[in-house]
Amino acid sequence: MSLEKTYPKEVKQILSKYPPEHKRSAVMPLLYLAQREEGYVNKAAMQDIARMLDITETEVASIIGFYTLYHDEKAGKYRMQVCTDLPCALRGADDFLKNLCGNLGIQVGETTPDGVVTLEAVMCLAACDKAPMFQTQGPDGIKYHENMTVDKTMELIDALKKSDAGVK
Amino acid sequence: MANVLLRHRDIADINKIDVYKKNGGFDALKKAVSKMQPNEVTDVVKNSGLRGRGGAGFPTGMKWSFIDTKNWPHYVVANADESEPGTFKDREIMESNPFQFLEGLAIASYAVGANAAYIYLRGEFWQVAATLDEKIADMEKAGYLGENLFGTEYSLKIYTHLGAGAYICGEETALLESLEGKRGQPRVRPPFPPSFGLYGKPTIINNVETFTNVTPILANGAEWYKSMGTADSAGVKIFSLSGRVRKPGNYELPFGTTFRQLIYEHGGGILDGRPVKAIMPAGASSSLIAVDDKVLDTPMDYATVRTLGADLGSASVIVLDDTVDIDWVINKTIHFFKHESCGKCTTCREGNYWMKNLTERIHSGTGAQNDVDLLLNVAKQMQGKCLCALGEFSTMAVVTGIERFPQDFKKAVKA
Ligand SMILES: Cc1cc2nc3c(=O)[nH]c(=O)nc-3n(C[C@H](O)[C@H](O)[C@H](O)COP(=O)(O)O)c2cc1C
Ligand code: SF4
Ligand code: FES
Repeated sequence: MSLEKTYPKEVKQILSKYPPEHKRSAVMPLLYLAQREEGYVNKAAMQDIARMLDITETEVASIIGFYTLYHDEKAGKYRMQVCTDLPCALRGADDFLKNLCGNLGIQVGETTPDGVVTLEAVMCLAACDKAPMFQTQGPDGIKYHENMTVDKTMELIDALKKSDAGVK
Repeated sequence: MANVLLRHRDIADINKIDVYKKNGGFDALKKAVSKMQPNEVTDVVKNSGLRGRGGAGFPTGMKWSFIDTKNWPHYVVANADESEPGTFKDREIMESNPFQFLEGLAIASYAVGANAAYIYLRGEFWQVAATLDEKIADMEKAGYLGENLFGTEYSLKIYTHLGAGAYICGEETALLESLEGKRGQPRVRPPFPPSFGLYGKPTIINNVETFTNVTPILANGAEWYKSMGTADSAGVKIFSLSGRVRKPGNYELPFGTTFRQLIYEHGGGILDGRPVKAIMPAGASSSLIAVDDKVLDTPMDYATVRTLGADLGSASVIVLDDTVDIDWVINKTIHFFKHESCGKCTTCREGNYWMKNLTERIHSGTGAQNDVDLLLNVAKQMQGKCLCALGEFSTMAVVTGIERFPQDFKKAVKA
C-alpha cells in the first residue's frame, strides 16, 4: 500500500510544512514514516516517495545511504544504540557495552536470536553527562535511556521481549 | 544569581504556557512586534554584544543586519543539530524551557522579516521535536504565532524538521542542503546564507542557545546584558561539562568564569580526587590544552581561551584526568571524524581514513616507530585544505595531542 493510503493524515501534514515548489524537503520526514512499521525502507516505499516528490529513486536511495538513522535492511525490532563516543567512554561506556554483549551473547552489529534487539555502537547522542546511555530506535520512535547499568538494561530488554511476544 | 537561560531550574513548570506567561513570557515578542521597527530589534541585539553560541562566536546582530533586503522571502533557521561530542545544552533548553527559545526565534524572524522559520533538530531528538510541536501549537492557540500577530500585519509560522544522524548537518550550509531534501554536504561559500540560504533565499541561521538569549535581551535591554560576562564576550553561557568530573552537567555561568570554578566549584572536582591532565573546551573538535595552575585560573571567554592555543567553541568542556592516555583520546576523536566526514573533499575523506588507520595502530601498540610522525604529518597536510571546518576540526586534537603530550605517544609505539 502507498504511504498516502496508509498514513493520509501524516503525509498531508508533512507536505504542508514546505512550500509546494520545494516539496522535495519532505523526503526526510516521509522516509521516517516509511520505515515506521518494519524498521527499514523497502523498495516499494522508495518508489512511492520518489513519485510523490518528483525525484528519482536513485536520489531517494542516496539519501537513505547518507543518513545513519535510515535503514534499507531489516534488523531487530529494536535497534539498541549505545554511545561509545569520547565523553561517554570517559565514564565507562566501552566496558558497559562489552558487558552487555557478554550478557546478551551477541557482538556489536548482531541481533538476538529472537529478532528483538540489534546492538549497535554509535556517536555522541547529546547525553554525555548521563553515561552509560543508549537510545532505542523502534516502531514507537526513538527513546533515550540514561544513567544505565547492565542490570537495568537487561530488565528493559526482557520487557521489550515480553511485549514483542504479546504482539505475536 | 537566577538563571537567564536555564530558567526551569528556578521556576517550576515554566514549560507550561500559562506559567511562562505569568513570568513575563511573550512580553518581549509583543514589544518587538507591536512597538519596534525590525531594524530597531536588530540594533538592540547588536548593542548587547551577543555572539553566536553554535561554536564560531560570530556577532548575532551583525549577522542579522547582513540579510539581503532585495530578495524575498526570507527564512530563519534554528540550528538544533547539537551533535558535537560533549554538547548537550540545546536539548535541555528545548525540553525544559522551550518557550523562551521559541519566543527568541519569533523575535529574530520579525527582525529579519521572515514569515516562516524552521527548527532543524538532529534525528535523535525525536521526542524533543514532539515537545516543540506541542508548544508551537500552544503558541498558535494563544495568538503568539500565526496570522496578524498582536493585531499587526506580521505573520509567522514555525516548523520542526528532523535530521537523521549526520554530524555534518550542523554545519550551516550542509544543514540547508539537508533541509532542502538533499544529502547534507556543505556548500561552497560565498555566497553566505544571509544572501543565499534556504531555497536560495536570504536566511539567518543561529544556534538554539543564541535565540534563547534574544528573549531576555529584548525584555531587559542591551546594557543589562552587557553588564554580565566580559568585554570580549558579553552575557552568560551554558557550559556543558563532561568527562572525568564528579558532577557532569550543564552550568549557566557568565563568560569570564575560570576553568577552576567550573570544574571544582560547579563540577565537584575530579573523580577519585585525581589531577586534571587536559581540557578540551570545544568538544571533540577542540585542541587539547595541557593543564597547569595558570590554565585552571584562565577566565573562559572567546578571546582569552584563544591565548591557550584553543577555541572555546560551543563551550563543551571535556575534562581528562591523569588516568587518560592521549593516544586513546585521539583514537576516539578520529573514529568520530572518520565516521562523520561527508566525503565531499578528498583531503578530509582520505586524510581521516589515514588518520584512523594510524591512530588505531598507535593506540593498540602495533605502530611502527615513525607512525606518530606520519600521523602528525597527515594532520598538518590537511589543515587549510578542506571545504568546511569539519576537516580542520578533525586535525585539532591529533596535532595538539602529539605536540603537547609527546610522552603519551612514546609508550604507545612498541615496535
Ligand atoms: C562540522 C560542523 C558542525 C557544526 N555543528 C553545529 C551544531 O550542531 N549546532 C550549531 O548550532 N552549530 C553548529 N555548527 C556551526 C554552524 O555552522 C553555524 O556557525 C551556527 O549554527 C551559527 O549559529 P550561531 O551564530 O548562533 O552560532 C557546526 C559547524 C561545523 C563546521
Ligand atoms: S571538509 Fe570533510 S566534512 Fe567538510 S565538506 Fe569536506 S569532506 Fe565534507
Ligand atoms: S558522548 Fe555519549 S552522549 Fe555524548
